[in-house]
Amino acid sequence: MTTPFYVSPQQAMADRAEYARKGIARGRSVVVLQYADGIVFVAENPSRALHKVSEIYDRIAFAAVGKYNEFENLRIGGVRYADLRGYTYDREDVTARGLANVYAQTLGTIFSSAAEKPYEVELIVAEVGEGPEDDQIYRLPHDGSIVDEHGSVAVGGNADQISTYLDQRHRDGMTLAEALKLAVDSLSRDNNGGERSLTAEQLEVAVLDRNRPQKRKFKRVLGGQLSRLLESGEGAADSEASSDGDGAEESTSESED
Amino acid sequence: MEANTRSTGRLPSAFLTPGSSSFMDFLGEHSPELLPGNRPLPPVQGAIEAPHGTTIVAVSFPGGVVLAGDRRATMGNVIAQRDIEKVFPADEYSAVGIAGTAGIAVEMVKLFQLELEHFEKVEGTVLSLEGKANRLSTMIRGNLGMAMQGLAVVPLFAGWDVDREKGRIFSYDVTGGRSEERGFAATGSGSMFARGALKKLYRQDLTEEQAATAVLQALYDAADDDSATGGPDLARRIYPIITSITEDGFKRFGEDEVSELARAIHERRLEEPDGPRAALL
Repeated sequence: MTTPFYVSPQQAMADRAEYARKGIARGRSVVVLQYADGIVFVAENPSRALHKVSEIYDRIAFAAVGKYNEFENLRIGGVRYADLRGYTYDREDVTARGLANVYAQTLGTIFSSAAEKPYEVELIVAEVGEGPEDDQIYRLPHDGSIVDEHGSVAVGGNADQISTYLDQRHRDGMTLAEALKLAVDSLSRDNNGGERSLTAEQLEVAVLDRNRPQKRKFKRVLGGQLSRLLESGEGAADSEASSDGDGAEESTSESED
Repeated sequence: MEANTRSTGRLPSAFLTPGSSSFMDFLGEHSPELLPGNRPLPPVQGAIEAPHGTTIVAVSFPGGVVLAGDRRATMGNVIAQRDIEKVFPADEYSAVGIAGTAGIAVEMVKLFQLELEHFEKVEGTVLSLEGKANRLSTMIRGNLGMAMQGLAVVPLFAGWDVDREKGRIFSYDVTGGRSEERGFAATGSGSMFARGALKKLYRQDLTEEQAATAVLQALYDAADDDSATGGPDLARRIYPIITSITEDGFKRFGEDEVSELARAIHERRLEEPDGPRAALL
């Protein structure tokens, strides 16, 4: 039998990270934005049955990119964790911070365990607060680190470019229609600078709406409501374009559809 | 109990095992001691003294179903609580009212609500009304050991069947046997009197408000003849809880609405203490 080649720990971890990143980069992106009344999740996802965005608990939602079976597993684990915690203590004691920690530990352990293949997923856990300043958004990369995000965040294939685009244009107190329009604009940009147009059928949209009277704040935005929001967002952007030079680029790109 | 019981802090494998969408099944696997039915019972002589909730009534009407309960909890011959709440939303399209040992019943409702919510979140779709009613059956069956020691829970389950587009009522016995009721139903110690009243008051073409009046009348009659059922307490402003489930989902009647109805009934009863009279033939 031949002796196995020596692989330095640095190299081994770099390989694993490379493997996970490549898997994640193959998928379409998900963006999460704060708006005046809550947090909006927008994913490019033609499937109506396999979700990338889901409810975890009263004020907490989950978004993921990467390998479906892996993040679906983590999602169900998160629902179980949240429901068990709420049942053992109280509904108020379930927090996004706690959940993000558990996810980070889980992803981190799997990433550094030689016996398991690293998960090819990147997660977002968000919790809507009483006011915009209480909102929490955590991004969880494949290796078990946690990044505390504010305003806007993107994960998935084209995340870096989309994040830059969002950072430049996102501002506090946007309406849902404006935030949705910005999200769709950011998703429809290809990595080589081209534009695609995304229709309501290709989008999965959900919100954590702090003004929702029910205790469960998560709501999917579907069908007619989504089309209306997309249209009203375009209308707002057009009227903005006349006063704001920055908006001109968006309004021309939208005129094609 | 906590997820972080291991040194690594990662989710234990039970959390990540694919399979069941049932929270109760998950509890049974991961922390069985949290399941109400799984606790070992110490042998006791005679019945345990604990607060008991009493009468729950339900009436269906063409657009949905009304479920209501009185506010009294008793412990032997003592009134343990005057303003206990015994009617709860189970999810958006169903509600459950409980008669029996209050502590166990409230825990059962909490777990039942969670069971429905958990399924909804994991599967991305809601259980059928029959499915929900069957889950409740299972939970009552799990409580049989306690029931035999006098700690029974006997709920009434009502909901809007989204597929069949009508309100439906399910009643249970202590062994978890369930049966669908037509028109109206009652459970708890005052249920005989409430059912008698509803028999004379029920019509198939009730409106939501008439159905609410009918359940209030029935609870009034139950309180009249059963010492464990509380009537509307006008002095303390404690009124029965009335809920309705229609196509628009679960709704609890506001205190103003109930107080208005209860006062109107009370006024009429000052003239006719036995309530409305039905035709003889």
